[in-house]
Amino acid sequence: MPVATIAGQEIHINDEGYLTEYDEWNEDVGQELAQNIGIDMTDDHWAVIRFLREDYKEKGETATTRRVDKVGGFPTKQQFQLFPKKPGKKMSYIAGLPKPHGCV
Amino acid sequence: MKKLLVLGAGTAGTMAVNRLRPLLDADEWSVTIVDPSGTHHYQPGYLFVPFGINRAEDLVKPTKRFIPEGVELISGDVDRVDADANIVSLADGTELSYDYLIIATGTTPRPDQTPGMDESGWRSSVHEFYTFEGSQALADKLADWEGGRLVVHVTEMPIKCPVAPLEFAFLADAYFEEAGIRDKVELTYVTPLDGAFTKPVASKHLGDMLDSRNIALEADFMIESVDAEHGRIVSYDEREIPFDLLVTVPLNMGADYVERSGLGDELNYVPVDPATMLSRAHDNIFAVGDANDIPTSKAGSVAHFEMELFGANFLNHIAGRPMREHFDGHANCFVETGHGKAMLIDFNYDTQPLPGKYPLPGIGPFSLLRESEINHWGKLMFRWMYWHVLLPGKDLPLPALMSMAGKDTEDL
Repeated sequence: MPVATIAGQEIHINDEGYLTEYDEWNEDVGQELAQNIGIDMTDDHWAVIRFLREDYKEKGETATTRRVDKVGGFPTKQQFQLFPKKPGKKMSYIAGLPKPHGCV
Repeated sequence: MKKLLVLGAGTAGTMAVNRLRPLLDADEWSVTIVDPSGTHHYQPGYLFVPFGINRAEDLVKPTKRFIPEGVELISGDVDRVDADANIVSLADGTELSYDYLIIATGTTPRPDQTPGMDESGWRSSVHEFYTFEGSQALADKLADWEGGRLVVHVTEMPIKCPVAPLEFAFLADAYFEEAGIRDKVELTYVTPLDGAFTKPVASKHLGDMLDSRNIALEADFMIESVDAEHGRIVSYDEREIPFDLLVTVPLNMGADYVERSGLGDELNYVPVDPATMLSRAHDNIFAVGDANDIPTSKAGSVAHFEMELFGANFLNHIAGRPMREHFDGHANCFVETGHGKAMLIDFNYDTQPLPGKYPLPGIGPFSLLRESEINHWGKLMFRWMYWHVLLPGKDLPLPALMSMAGKDTEDL
């Protein structure tokens, strides 16, 4: 499992760069991950990321864009504005969570 | 007298009562199953109806024929489950109490959930093939369609039988070729996934098959609306795909009463333990088949493999013992590829579909992730198996859990 230095900390990541340990994440790490994919974090961005973190803690899996809309209250259109093109992947990447699983 | 109540007499619910009734003492247990429809449909057959291969009326039989003696079949719509009081209310006001409840009300296409989908173009330029009516309407449409832009579209995962839209695209390619108008049809496959399928090895094989058939792939497409008037679908990231004929797979959702009863997730699926199908919230509720949230295909094969382990688990659970059988998410699906051939895929929670032979390693007779005529005959024969072996709750001569034997791992 690769280890990267993010925001001055040793962080475990997978082959695609997603964090593998929930507890190694903090908002400084999130900030740097966002920069890696060209996203300037605003309060609106953080609100979504905090929902994802909390929801994962409760459910044990990453919320899909539908869940972020329906349960989190962030409309899908807004998710696309905040995290352009691939909100599901970008949100989970910044939040230090696994990609939402594409169900077979 | 203890009461087992099953909601839904589709594939999983019917198998559940057929398997459990003989295991439960008739003097101690009553078994009741509730379903709104008097008929049972062989849903995999819908795929073939638009191409005139199956006739819709061959896919329907009376529900009661598959419900065993000693099980009461009640016709009705579920209004609500009161999981604290252990009571199910039906739409007509009937109340049914239970000691154990099995939710098996599946998943349903919901075109009403996407703006514009079931409005002006519905069943004229916008079609689907996941319902009895829809597959017949599409057959009528294709019979005199002269060509144009055909867009095959998946709204959002998960969907029932996730390979079916690909099969539809392959069969459409073959159908238009045989009709001599393939050169007049521009075929596009549009998916919210980042490739043809969910898992990498199968996605590559199936993507190559789209290529070789001259079917364009538009990936990562999250639909926002259907604009039937101008013949286009629009995504959240503002891509537009024009169509003359749209064949869509609408958003799939579990039953609305699941949501009303506070038992569902954001798509009305019941969260369960993926090894045993026991509700995460209630110790006397199970959800089986498409109605639960386990991370594998929503498919009859999954319901069947799940059910092979379910009886022993249920007996242990009601006796207060641990459930020892652990389901692995095993699924296998025939994938029709047109011109009398098909592929087969076999996978579970952890192992993606791989090439190889099934069920006998090296021998088959079925080929995994490769097209063959035998696979196609297997698919056609399966309808008989469904009515005579699966629904009555008999075991197939196949292991319930997936095996790595016969699988080729060099592509990994």
